[in-house]
Amino acid sequence: MVTPQSSTSAKPVLMTQDVTISYGGRSAVKQVSAEIPEKSITAIIGPSGCGKSTYLRAFNRMNDFIDSCELKGQVLYKGEDVYRMDPVDVRRRIGMVFQKPNPFPGSIYKNVIWGPSINGYQGDYDQLVERCLTKAALWDEVKDKLGESGLALSGGQQQRLCIARAIAMDPEVILFDEPCSALDPASTAKIEELILELKKNYTILIVTHNMQQAARLSDYTAFFCQGRLVEFGPTKGIFTAPKMRETEDYVTGRFG
Amino acid sequence: MDELLETALIGEIMSKHMQGSLSDLKKKLLTMGGMVEEAVERAVQLLREPDVDEADHIITGDRAIDELELEIDDECLKVLALYQPVAEDLRFVSTVMKINNDLERVADLAVNTARRARDLKKPLRPELSEPIQLATKRIIKMLRNGLNAFVERDPITARKVIQADDAIDRYHSKMIKKLISYMTRHPGNIEDGVQLLWVSRNLERIADHITNMGEDIVYMVEGETIRHRKDQTPPGRLTM
Repeated sequence: MVTPQSSTSAKPVLMTQDVTISYGGRSAVKQVSAEIPEKSITAIIGPSGCGKSTYLRAFNRMNDFIDSCELKGQVLYKGEDVYRMDPVDVRRRIGMVFQKPNPFPGSIYKNVIWGPSINGYQGDYDQLVERCLTKAALWDEVKDKLGESGLALSGGQQQRLCIARAIAMDPEVILFDEPCSALDPASTAKIEELILELKKNYTILIVTHNMQQAARLSDYTAFFCQGRLVEFGPTKGIFTAPKMRETEDYVTGRFG
Repeated sequence: MDELLETALIGEIMSKHMQGSLSDLKKKLLTMGGMVEEAVERAVQLLREPDVDEADHIITGDRAIDELELEIDDECLKVLALYQPVAEDLRFVSTVMKINNDLERVADLAVNTARRARDLKKPLRPELSEPIQLATKRIIKMLRNGLNAFVERDPITARKVIQADDAIDRYHSKMIKKLISYMTRHPGNIEDGVQLLWVSRNLERIADHITNMGEDIVYMVEGETIRHRKDQTPPGRLTM
């Protein structure tokens, strides 16, 4: 079991035990055991095809949509096997934001209330929309045009709308799969600031190709290579004195 | 081109540029080390063979060392700003900055020693000259080993450098006693005695700066801080 060193004080919310994920017999993730500490940001880095996105998607069962995908081992959310839970419930508790902003083709307002409304939310929708858009640092920019299409927003705003949509389900964990790779530097900065703010209330996992982003944002960094979890520890250690040669070579740009 | 592939390629190209800068830094720091070593040797030599011109030469020569210090510092900042090095590259740059600073301080102490030597009234007696020459020999060896450990990324030699400092500390304590006894016996030579106290103190400080160098090299290679730690960790962390 890999627990990031010096995180013993933080309780693990997510845990994987000996997880192997294969696509049609070819393993993309190999025997990964790890604990993700609560209310912190964990970055997953590694070269293309190292299995980091596959690993991320295992937490909220997004790999279920791929027929050839097979998972061995256990993925635990607060000690409960997510593959024995109702997948809808899993995704309610473990939200996700994708690489390309993907608002639904409806109004900004509808985008935010979509999840709660199909789940029979009983509270005040106006309040919910304001609260979520405020948390996603988007409220001031859209409060006067909530009826307009979410698709009419800029890329950065769309991504924040997707974050608001994820927050609306009141999850405990938010998974980010390269949330800034389609955004310009200014929008990226806004999203990063937002993610840091979200850490107070949520456990965050972020897959990123941008190593500086991992260094800036995360408390813990997991380095994947060829499906294996090579090293997992406090971010400062990974970027100043990694323990493994492979990590050293990757973060310094000598390979990858 | 595939976006991810492009990012990887840019990373690789930037890394190559940075490696070029890092290798320049290494060469410059070695040049600096050579200049500093020469300054220390020549300054101590003056105690045996007083020579006002030579003393002035050492004092003015310090300007070139100062200039090189600024140049190295500038280059380090450039690497940090342009390439944002991490891991061993980051440790290398931070070590170069620290060693650069220590070497410049050693050069200043050499200059101070040259001044003290220039101002001596009488030629040095062997009983005082010999321990100083011996300590200097050891210090020069420490410096050379330190520079070698830096180039070879050799934490074992770096640790030997750190350990060698104890002998210099012992020498300095003995020298103080010797000089007090000398000044008591020769009250007319108190002025020279005080100058020599400063010389001995300079040598002790030089060894301390070289010790810092050794500690920084251990950090550079192993990523482990051993400064202000009594128990030094064994070498060999990066085993994969």
